[in-house]
Amino acid sequence: MPSSAPILEEPLVRLSHLDHLWFQVAGTLCNLTCHHCFISCSPKNDSFGFLSLTTVERYLQESISHGVKEYYFTGGEPFLNPEMVPILTTTLQYGPATVLTNGTVLKDEWLTTLAEAEANSVYSLEFRVSIDGYSPETNDPIRGAGTFQRALDGLQKLVQFGFLPIITATRTWPDSEDTQILQQFTATLEGIGYQRPRIKLLPTLQIGAEETRTHGYRDSERISTEMLTDYDVSQLVCEHSRIVTDRGVHVCPILIDAPASLLGQSLKESTQPFAVTHGACYTCYQYGAICTNPSSPSGSASPRQQAATAALRETGRSKKP
Amino acid sequence: MMSRIACLGGIYSNHLALEAALQDARKRGVDAIYCLGDLGGFGPHPDRVFPLLEEYQVQCVQGNYDDSIGHGLDDCQCGYTDPTDNYYAQISYDYTLANTSNHHRAILRDMPTQRHVSLGPFRLLLCHGSPRQVNEFLWESTTSSHFLQHLLDQYQVNLIATTHTGIKWQRQVADQSWFVNVGVLGRPENDGTTVVWYTLLEVDSSSNLKISFIPIDYDHQQLAQQMQAEGLPNEFIETIVTGWWSTCLEILPAKERLRGRY
Repeated sequence: MPSSAPILEEPLVRLSHLDHLWFQVAGTLCNLTCHHCFISCSPKNDSFGFLSLTTVERYLQESISHGVKEYYFTGGEPFLNPEMVPILTTTLQYGPATVLTNGTVLKDEWLTTLAEAEANSVYSLEFRVSIDGYSPETNDPIRGAGTFQRALDGLQKLVQFGFLPIITATRTWPDSEDTQILQQFTATLEGIGYQRPRIKLLPTLQIGAEETRTHGYRDSERISTEMLTDYDVSQLVCEHSRIVTDRGVHVCPILIDAPASLLGQSLKESTQPFAVTHGACYTCYQYGAICTNPSSPSGSASPRQQAATAALRETGRSKKP
Repeated sequence: MMSRIACLGGIYSNHLALEAALQDARKRGVDAIYCLGDLGGFGPHPDRVFPLLEEYQVQCVQGNYDDSIGHGLDDCQCGYTDPTDNYYAQISYDYTLANTSNHHRAILRDMPTQRHVSLGPFRLLLCHGSPRQVNEFLWESTTSSHFLQHLLDQYQVNLIATTHTGIKWQRQVADQSWFVNVGVLGRPENDGTTVVWYTLLEVDSSSNLKISFIPIDYDHQQLAQQMQAEGLPNEFIETIVTGWWSTCLEILPAKERLRGRY
């Protein structure tokens, strides 16, 4: 039936090139139950399951024709997946690999194998270890009792095996405290013998468990079509990434719980533009490049542009330089 | 038809290394010399590189630094994300902008962003960071071969040459397909030696392509003295005299970072 309602134009973001291919390799299964987890991972959340080595390999093969530059692995806790070590060693034959872990379940024999695989590969194997405070008092209320010490032990182990882990901390404090908190993180890490700690701060995403811990997105916290005019869209994860889960290929690692995020079964089927109408898209828009490693800044984010992005956290708008 | 060319990049105002490299290239009988951008930054007296480039008829492409200085932008557009990296980058940028003449800034503004060059039977694309983005960091350890093949296919060339990251590397990704980062003359490449590098590309009579990285041993002590006299940060001078990077480290991937001291 013809409708007289106006057609509202959606803010669409086109995939410019598939630079980063993610794998939800542990589904939503995790040994921890962090209160701020944007996909509510826990030991009991099996809404997404493990990916097998065979599945990962199928997508790695397909990724060649797409010219994928880097591979990222997340969960849940990736190292709960019994095939995680062979998945990473296989990936290092295709390209650089980054694994996001809570650092609490790492075993010596795995790290021995992975250190050897990295040494034999031209590519980097990056570990990103999540710790959300520089002390048990600041970390454990979010990540669970005893997790600070266990993550620190894991970090120490990684350093002993010759890795340079990147610590990622979710900013559960005001932006203005960043400098002071980074200093405290550095002191803690140097205290366990990590002499050149690499730290990346992440914004909270007001979905999943975090929605319960604090609050969800307000209706006004959405990207409009107008807001994308003159905005550097390469700052958005969906402009250069996709993620494989046990359901298929989704638009980005943050939105897998949203039904609209599932785009297809193959990479080829999943290159269509995406409507960035979700609350979490707004955080991605505000902060920019929130999922990538510091060595792979997306877009041409100059300090000026970063300042503009920071300013728009206040005003809700950013321009290209 | 050209059969031997020199590609250099990342001069970062190191006029002493530039002069040594240009003399070396001329001695090797090159047909042409190309600079892949970033003439200024880090070192002293940015105006001193321009007469050398003119004397040796060096054909330049524009780097992010050249675009910024040429247009008087607020920062170097180096692409760093870490606040400490950006702090040091800003010191060298402000110094370079204040000490580059208007005449030379006009030259920087007018440089092309890419050059297509033929070497023997091969088509080469010379650019700064990557063909798709001037300040893209293509590190050896974080760039898959199929990504490089994608770029080579997209731009329909046999070889892509870049600089920008500050560390040389090369990879043959297929028969008659290569990627090369030509290194930089501006500062050592974080390996504990004081030499800097440029790249020689040659084609022999059987159409074999040869990529050679050429070390340049120059008077780095004199450069350090000039940097000191100009009031540039001790951290920069330390890099020149020790060969270890002490700033702008957070941009390095794990493998490249592990090779350095800091």
